[in-house]
Amino acid sequence: MTVTAREGKASGPRPERIRIENLHKSFGEIEVLKGVSLTACEGDVVAVIGGSGSGKSTMLRCINFLETPTSGKIIIGGEEIRMRPDGSPADRRQIEHARQHLGMVFQSFNLWSHMTILQNLIEVPVHVLKVPKDQAVAIAERLLDRVGLLAKKDAYPAYLSGGQQQRAAIARALAIEPRAMLFDEPTSALDPELVGEVLSVIRDLAAEGRTMILVTHEMKFAREVSNHVMYLYNGLVEEQGPPEQVFGAPRSERLQKFLKSLG
Amino acid sequence: MMPLAAMAASPFELLALSPPGWGGTLLLGLANTMVIAVGAYALGLAIGIMGAFGKLYGGPITRDLLAVYTTIVRAVPELVLILILFYAVPGLINEILIGLGHERIVLPPLITGIAVLGVVQGAYSTEVLRGAIQAVPHGQIEAARAMGMTPMLTARRITLPLMTSNAIPGLANLWLNATKDTALLAVIGFSELTKATYQAAATTKAFFTFYLAAMALYLAISLLSTVLFGRIEKWARRGQRVMSR
Ligand SMILES: Nc1ncnc2c1ncn2[C@@H]1O[C@H](COP(=O)(O)OP(=O)(O)OP(=O)(O)O)[C@@H](O)[C@H]1O
Ligand SMILES: [Mg+2]
Repeated sequence: MTVTAREGKASGPRPERIRIENLHKSFGEIEVLKGVSLTACEGDVVAVIGGSGSGKSTMLRCINFLETPTSGKIIIGGEEIRMRPDGSPADRRQIEHARQHLGMVFQSFNLWSHMTILQNLIEVPVHVLKVPKDQAVAIAERLLDRVGLLAKKDAYPAYLSGGQQQRAAIARALAIEPRAMLFDEPTSALDPELVGEVLSVIRDLAAEGRTMILVTHEMKFAREVSNHVMYLYNGLVEEQGPPEQVFGAPRSERLQKFLKSLG
Repeated sequence: MMPLAAMAASPFELLALSPPGWGGTLLLGLANTMVIAVGAYALGLAIGIMGAFGKLYGGPITRDLLAVYTTIVRAVPELVLILILFYAVPGLINEILIGLGHERIVLPPLITGIAVLGVVQGAYSTEVLRGAIQAVPHGQIEAARAMGMTPMLTARRITLPLMTSNAIPGLANLWLNATKDTALLAVIGFSELTKATYQAAATTKAFFTFYLAAMALYLAISLLSTVLFGRIEKWARRGQRVMSR
């Protein structure tokens, strides 16, 4: 079953950005994803929630093939990623091209430590997307200004706080002008007092209509920014729907328990 | 009278740059030593980079071949290897050339020396670089892949620069080994610093003077190298926070 997110809000058909069909993923003997489907159209903000080990990260990482699916389909911008029987991309160019439209933000920031913040932002635009350097710098500076880090553009990542590093990492993902953003628990590695500054950047992105898939443990935030929530349990979609329904009137007992456990 | 006078020549006269002093010969040997060391080191690094990536990301056959290479080279004494390779490498190259329909060539000893030491260096470089690459934080490589960088571009822009700081101490050791291993080429008649020193010493019988001079030259290379590698390491560690003691 495929459910299109942002029920109700849409006016007219919006182009599809990411579609997952019947995704399975095993690590050796253990099946971590047991048939997950999802469609995100332009402007959708899909929040993925679920307990530890339920397969949230694995699902997200299968979208850009950081993990190779065991079976199922991944369709990016209407184009199906061709897979070999073992799930690896059949055409390396095709997946590289698709990745250039997906901005990924990791739990542990993963900024390149040998480059300044500005260099981090222009690396892919200049060397992969072949944007002229002065143009890439101009875009990068605008993005850094937007996330409040212009003053830190010549600093190395190790000299920034966690919150600053994550905001820089978000700016780096934005610098490729992605068609969709993938967030994997972007605030989990942060000290509590630094969470707010990162969430407010993500909130802005949602407000401007960015397509995003957001794996998070911040339930209040998920409810606030998303238009579709997906609750994963043990590798399956246990319940999904608009946030008011999933958080306000959960049907599944497991989801009720899960939400209660978070208080 | 004459032989006595020769034997009593002062170290300064013995080490004079122009004959009858032997200083020029020693410096020429030093130059040869440096050329071989630099050449072998560069060749070793090139082999090492390919070897390290091959060991980490290559197919099973590549990995097995590389394992055989590094195991043998690191197990056998270098002198024995040098002797084997010195006689085997030119033969092998000629086989290939003849196979390709070319003429047999006589390899200049300089080229052979560099090739032989480079093959030895390559095995150690492979291991140093493999360890350094493995120590690169995986998330940073993943970030590059996630943004659509090709494996080649990721290696060039992310993995290699990041592993450099891990590799420098090991590579500095390898460089010092390279300068000293050149002395092993003396056994195959190559006129590097050790051989030149021996000639000077044997002719004048002033063993102490000449070996002391050679020692000073080797030490100078080592000290200069340490300074140079210190600078490279500082550059390679850009962006890393200095640990407070
Ligand atoms: N590379 C791997 N090799 C083997 N097992 C793995 C690997 N990656 C994940 N797993 C397993 O797959 C399951 C799902 O992991 P995943 O990281 O997707 O969970 P998650 O929902 O993101 O959890 P968390 O909230 O803790 O991040 C876990 O049981 C995990 O141990
Ligand atoms: Mg996770």
